[in-house]
Amino acid sequence: MQLARVIGTVVATIKNDSLEGRKLLVVQTLDRNLESTGKPMVAVDAVGAGVGELVFWCRGKEASFPFKREDTPTDCTIIGIVDSEQHVTR
Amino acid sequence: MIIARILGTVVSTQKDERLLGKKLLIVRPINVDGSDTTGYVVAVDTVGAGFHERVLVVAGSSARLAQGMKDVPVDAAIVGVIDTVDVQ
Repeated sequence: MQLARVIGTVVATIKNDSLEGRKLLVVQTLDRNLESTGKPMVAVDAVGAGVGELVFWCRGKEASFPFKREDTPTDCTIIGIVDSEQHVTR
Repeated sequence: MIIARILGTVVSTQKDERLLGKKLLIVRPINVDGSDTTGYVVAVDTVGAGFHERVLVVAGSSARLAQGMKDVPVDAAIVGVIDTVDVQ
């Protein structure tokens, strides 16, 4: 899992049926000092996150687990919202 | 998932039978601002995407979770055609 900042949204009208109704957000991964690191990714939202929020996301096949019983093709899913930057102790 | 642009097609006659009827496309990962990066991936199309379109590509075993991809030997699938990317 990685910390990230939600920096944008993606709209895709034509998509695989199994992604129907899912919110797509652009996330920028952060390092432990909350500085940007690496390239932004497109993530499926499982928790109701919004632009500007500090979140954590998970990669790989596990990213589809929040949507269990419906196969959702995602390798990057937002699985939690960090309460505030002060809650990230270093 | 990554954002990619479709660069070309791949034709393969001799392939795993579970890939029969699947369209193979060459895609290049791009940045959120639309600029190109390097490299390419061969991905199976599940949405009917066309040349030069910006698409969403899911990689790894999750690619098999797309509808119509169950038990298909793929590790990259195109699962959406992007209308807009809005980055603040």
